[in-house]
Order: sequence, then structure tokens, then C-alpha cells
Amino acid sequence: MLSDYLSTVDWSRAQFAMTAIYHWLFVPLTLGLGFLVAIMETLYVRTKDPFWLRTTKFWMRLFGINFAIGVATGLILEFEFGTNWSNYSHFVGDIFGAPLAIEGILAFFLESTFIAVMFFGWRKVSRGFHLTATWLTAFGANLSAWWILVANSWMQYPVGCDFNLETVRNEMTSFSAVALSPVAVNKFFHTVTSSFVLAALFVVGVSAWYLLRRREQLMARRSIAIASAFGFVFALVTAFTGDRSGAIVARVQPMKLAAMEALYDGQQGAPLTAVGILRPEAQRTGGDAFYFRIDIPKMLSLMSFRSADAFVPGINDLVYGNEEYGVMPASEKIERGRVAVEELGRYRTAREKGDTAAITEIEAKFDRSTPQGAEFLREHFAYFGYGYLSSPEQIVPDVPLLFYSFRVMVGAGCFFILLLGLVWWLNRRDRLASKRWLLRTAVWSVPLAYLASQAGWVVAEVGRQPWAIQDLMPVGVAASKIPSGSVSVTFFLFLALFTALLAAELSIMFRQIKTGPKDD
Amino acid sequence: MDTITLLQHYWWLVISLLGALLVFLMFVQGGQALLYTIGRTEEERNMLVNSLGRKWEFTFTTLVTFGGAFFASFPLFYSTSFGGAFYVWMAILLCFVIQAVAYEYRRKPGNVFGERTFNAFLLVNGVLGPLLIGTAVGTFFTGAEFTVDRLNLANQGGAAVISQWATPWHGLEAVAEWRNVLLGLSVTLLAMTLACQYFMNNIDDEAIFRRAARRMRTFAVLFVACFVAWLLALVLADGWAVDAAGTVSIEPYKYLHNLVEMPYVAAALLIGVASVLWSVYLGWRGSRRAVWFGGVGTVLTVLSLLLLAGWNDTAYYPSLADMQSSLTIRNSSSSLFTLRTMAWVSLFVPFVAAYIWYAWRAMNRRPITREEIRGDDHQY
Repeated sequence: MLSDYLSTVDWSRAQFAMTAIYHWLFVPLTLGLGFLVAIMETLYVRTKDPFWLRTTKFWMRLFGINFAIGVATGLILEFEFGTNWSNYSHFVGDIFGAPLAIEGILAFFLESTFIAVMFFGWRKVSRGFHLTATWLTAFGANLSAWWILVANSWMQYPVGCDFNLETVRNEMTSFSAVALSPVAVNKFFHTVTSSFVLAALFVVGVSAWYLLRRREQLMARRSIAIASAFGFVFALVTAFTGDRSGAIVARVQPMKLAAMEALYDGQQGAPLTAVGILRPEAQRTGGDAFYFRIDIPKMLSLMSFRSADAFVPGINDLVYGNEEYGVMPASEKIERGRVAVEELGRYRTAREKGDTAAITEIEAKFDRSTPQGAEFLREHFAYFGYGYLSSPEQIVPDVPLLFYSFRVMVGAGCFFILLLGLVWWLNRRDRLASKRWLLRTAVWSVPLAYLASQAGWVVAEVGRQPWAIQDLMPVGVAASKIPSGSVSVTFFLFLALFTALLAAELSIMFRQIKTGPKDD
Repeated sequence: MDTITLLQHYWWLVISLLGALLVFLMFVQGGQALLYTIGRTEEERNMLVNSLGRKWEFTFTTLVTFGGAFFASFPLFYSTSFGGAFYVWMAILLCFVIQAVAYEYRRKPGNVFGERTFNAFLLVNGVLGPLLIGTAVGTFFTGAEFTVDRLNLANQGGAAVISQWATPWHGLEAVAEWRNVLLGLSVTLLAMTLACQYFMNNIDDEAIFRRAARRMRTFAVLFVACFVAWLLALVLADGWAVDAAGTVSIEPYKYLHNLVEMPYVAAALLIGVASVLWSVYLGWRGSRRAVWFGGVGTVLTVLSLLLLAGWNDTAYYPSLADMQSSLTIRNSSSSLFTLRTMAWVSLFVPFVAAYIWYAWRAMNRRPITREEIRGDDHQY
């Protein structure tokens, strides 16, 4: 029975991950391309030059093809919180549902109203109204991302809430703490700016292809001028927000940071591994985890805690504890978490028996307004999720996957800064068309941008395993009670459908690019 | 009425209103189902698809917002129904995914599967979407097979499950209850009736107008027959009442009592039904304005029915497996803080409605013509 349940969790994770991966194949382009199209249409409205109208319509068409499938996969994700993660939905729905509802009311309607004007309103509304609709569509898409990322950030860093014993769930106590938590703010800027870079690389890559084919050269050069400048600026912002992310993760999810760095034993003045190959047999027992590595001395300490000599805890420290640096072992957290879960069990028994004295006693423990309650919540309930774990080693995520994903993301990000800067500079000097190696590199950078974007989400989501909600609920407890066979069937159904739709989407995109812009 | 109770009623009203708007906007699905019935030539089908295609995102968005708002205001329903009636919700999701892409891809060169496949997607969504949603909503009045025990979270290992489904059918058992199916059929036929009225209003083409008017008569008659039968069954049925202590019990004629005890809901229901009937009469007479009365009537009717399900101390999601597990707006709602915060956010809704109305008005000033469809602009 238990093994059946565990496999349900695995299938649910696979289904959610698959849906999220497909969703994120389409969304980042929408987030950035919306603004690029709006800039181009602004140039059309200001200059009245039909060239800009033709260019705007071309990129807008690609935007539309991508948009529909992004919307479709997004719907599935929202409902999968209920279908696959039933316990989770109850335990934190009071907090997590709010951003989703706000997204629908404030962002999604904005997007869906004005996208119809954007595509079908060319001959029905004024130029000014149409331009406003295009900008509002772009803003709507990004506003939508804000609320989704607020929800996601709360799972990584649950703040602004308290546990209510009577309803057996976490309840929101501060909306601003949830919506404006440092994790949410930074994650939003990091995610959308990296999406702007992806969209810029898409425009640059497609334009580079035209230049290689000596087609649509004016449109390609002007599109590159806008996209490369846009992308270069936001690539720098992405690097800045990425650095901030590292510092925040070090504070709120130290295990994620340790796993990203494959740092098994913590140290003061910890180096950052720039490049490395992990030993497959490397475990938590110490010894060199790498076949080969190039380190940047003290950089990890500096990036994480803004001090070159700061101590960065490693995986072993977080699992087994480190008394010298005050790192609590996971075994103790498990003990504390079990106390909290057992108190919940006692509460259940007391209620069943109608034992009012016991009910009052336990309720006081969960009441933050009393000193006893504040202490119990801080010392025990803060580790509630650990109470479901059976061994300390369960808190370690997949180290190799995180280590390599992180390097793909960061390495590609650095490369994009150089590429976009160089493309912008050469294009400005009208020397880009002759640099065919660079044009080819730009074309091949488009899939790399998608890979980097996906790798970023792998770092974010695999890095917080085993938690559905950091420290409060492991994924095994969050899942719905459905037969694993049912989830696996829907997994394969959606996999087949999404793959077929992706094939159609790519085929249509390639055909549209091959055809090029149309004359009005 | 204390603040939390007031907010619980307010949010049930918001959810009901979103549900009512969703049912009205499912004229898009109704129109898709009639793609080959009303559109005889490729050009006519393109006109139908482009007419619907400028509205499908509203239906989609309303569905998403309905889900999000339900999650935020009544999370226990979200976790119980979605996690339990798994097959039904997954089927609904599947048929909405294929809709979203079908519009954009159907006529695009290189779409791999051909226009007919994407038209088939539209047809499947058009029929199954309203049918499945209507049948699922039917369980608000007839109950579902679940149990809820929040303190199960105290169990370690694999037993910490709060909401469980009592049958292995995971929602499919709803089709065994004829009243659910009858409601599903009613919603489907209503969607088709509204779609015909919408085509009559939104497309400037004699052949389509004539066919839509003729089809509307058939679907309207069938809809009225199904809906009246369902409504009669509802007012004669037992319902699940909840007392001040939260104890749920069976009450004969509960929904009839609700109508009597909430005369404003009864009035809304009557006006709604009369408005839908008036729209049928107008459509029968060949008026282009029928859809406006059909729309307002649908919203009022569905709104009042959903209020009957949740207000006046009624369990809106009765449990057939364990009566005391039944969900009410009191035992399944979010906290006071969240409901209040969300209530502030909901004040933006009139602003949202205003810009939607403004944009629609600008876009719908001229009905769709064959000439427009032959143009070069972005087309579905």
C-alpha cells in the first residue's frame, strides 16, 4: 500500500514537472516578445512608416502562435495543484490560492481582452488604441507572471502566515509579506528579465538566419538593433538578480545552495566551482567529490554572505549538523517536527474523546500570542514537515542534476551578455552581416536560451526537494490519494498531447519564419 | 451576520457569478459544436471560427479565474473535488487544452495534423466541455463520494490524506445519477442555443443567419425540456442542510425551501428564466438582439441556482459517503484575513468589466463579413 502511494507521488511529480517544462517552453518568449513587438509598433505609430507595420505584424504573428499553447498548458498547471496535490491545496490554499485568483482577475483578463484587439483590431480601432492594446497585452503577461511567481516563491520561503490548529492549515496573516517577500521580488525580476533575454535572442537568432540567407535584410538589421540592445541590458539585470538570488538562497534554502555547488563539507572562505566534473560515486561521506574542477577562491562565501571569509554550510553540515557553526542536524529537526505532528495526533484524540483539558492545553501550544505558544511554534512547528521524514539523508536533493543545471544556466547567461553586446556593437557599425560565424552562433543560441531557461527552473524546483513547502510539507505528504496507475495514464496522455502540439507549434513557427513578413 | 459569515456569503456570490458568466461564455463551445451544422462551406466555417475566436479567451480566462477564486476562497473544495473526482477534472482539462491551440493553428501552414484535426478538437471541446462541466456541477445538488478528515494530517507515512474518494471511479460515478447528466445536457443545449443567437448577432451573412435561427429553435426546445425537468427534480428533491453547530442533515424539499426563504434569489431565477425564454422568442422571430437577453437570462439563472446550492445553510458539496464531511461555505472557506484581502481585490472587478466592455464594443461595432474573412489580416 505504501509503495503504491509513494509511486503515486513520483508520478504526480513527473506529471507536474512535465507540464511545467512544456509550459515554460512557451511562456518566456511571450513575456519578452510582447514588449519587443510593442516597441516596434510604437515606432510605426510615431513614424507612420509601413516598414514598421510589416515588421510588427511579422513578430506579432510568431507571438500569437506561441501564446495559445502557453495559455493551454498554464490552465493545466493551475488545476493540477488540486488534482495531484490535494493535501497541499488544503494545507496552504488559504495563502497560495490568493495570488492565483488575483492573477486571473487583474492580469489574465487584461491580457485576454487586449490580445483580441491586438490581433484583430488593426482595421477596427484607432492606431493609438491598438498600440495601447499591444502594450497592455505585454504588461498583462508580465503581471500574470508576477502573481504566479509570488505563489511559487511562497513555497520556497513560506512567510506571512500562521498555523491554525482548528482548521489544520496555514493561514495568511500578512498579504504584503507574501506578495513582497524578498524571494518573490527577486524571483520575479530574475525570471522575467531572463525571459526578455530569451525573447531577444529569439529575435536576434531569427534575424541572423535572414542575414545568412540574405533575405529581409533591412527588417533583420533593425530587429537586431532593437532586440540586441534590449537583450543586452536585461542580460546584465539578470546577472545582477541572479547574484541576489544566490545570496537569498544561502539564507533561506542553504541545502539548495550546497547542492548547487556540490559542497559536501562546509568551509570558511568557500570557493565557487566555475567548472567541474562530479564523481558519480561521490556521496555524503566526505572525500573529493570531483574528478576535475576549476575554483574561484572565496567567491562562494562572498556571493552568499557578502564576506570572503564567511562560513558556507555544506550538505554534510546540514544533514549531520555542525556544532561549531551552530548548524542543527536534520535528525534533531526530525525529532522536533515529530513532536509537532504528534501534538496534532494528540489533539485529534482529545477531540474524539471530548477531553477539553487536553484540547485547551494543546491549543495553547499553537497560539502564537502566548509565550508558550510562540516557543512551541518556533522550536517545533517550524520543523513540522521534518516530522514526516524517516531519515536525515532525505533532505538532500539530486546533487549532480543541480550542479550541472546551475552551470548551464550561469554559463549560458554569461555567454549571452557577450553575444548580445557584440551583436549590438557590430550591427551598429554595420559590420554584422559579414560576420557569418557570429550569425551562425546567434542562430544556435536560440535553443541554448531555452535550455538555460529550463535549467534555471530545474535549479529552483529540484533544489527545494523534498519539500513541497520548504520545511513544512514534503512532497510525499502533499499528494492526492489517487492510484498511481491513474496518474501514470494521465501523464502519458498529456505527454503525447503536449508533444504533438509542440511539434505542430515548431512546424508552424519554422514555416512562418521561412515565409517571412507579408506585405499588407 | 458577523464579518466572516458575510464574507463567506460574498465569496460564494463571487464564485457563483463567475460560474454564471462561464456558462454564458460557453456559447463559444456551443458554436464550436455547430461548426459543421451551421457552416456548410469552408468559408462559412472560417467565419464561424473567427467570430468565436475573438471570444474564446474570455471563456478560458473566466474558467481560470473561476478556478483561482474557488481555490482562494474555498480551498477545501479545491482539494477535495479536484483531487478526488480526478478523472472528470482531467477529462475537462484535456478537452480545454485542445481548444486553446485549435483556433490559432487550424489554418496555419505547416500545422502537421491538418485543418480537419483542429476542427475536430473544436468539436470535441464544444460538446464535451459543457457536458462535463454541467455534469460535474450537478454534484453540487446530488452529492459526491468523498470523506474529509483534516486531522488525518497527524498520521505519518502514507496515511496523511485529508480528502479521500470513496469509490475507485474517482468522479466518473457522477454519470450514474440521471439528474447530473440531465444538467450536463441542459448546459450543452443552452450553449448551442446561445451560440446560434450569437452567430445571428455577430455575423453579417444571410445563409448563416437563416441556418442559425432554424437550429436555435430545435436546441432551444430541447434545452427548455431538459432544464424544466431538471429544475422540477431539484425543487422536489431532498437537500443537505447545515445547522448552527455545523451538523449536516437531510432536509426534504431543501431547495424549494431555499427559494421560499430567499425570495430575491427566486425572483432572480424567475427573471433569468423569463429572459432566456424571451430570447428564444426573439430568436424565433429572427431578431439579432436575442443573445443579449439570452446572456443576461443565463447569468441570472445560473447565479441564482448556485446561490441555492450554497446559501441559506445548505451544503454546496454534499458527501454521499459521510454526511458530516459535506462541504459548506462555512467549513470550507479561507480565513477571515484572506477573504477580506480578496474582497478588496474584487473591487477591481467593475474596472475590469468596464475595459472588457469598452474593448468588445470597439471590436464588435461591425459584424463579421465574408470580405473581412477574405482579408489578409491575422485570421483563425
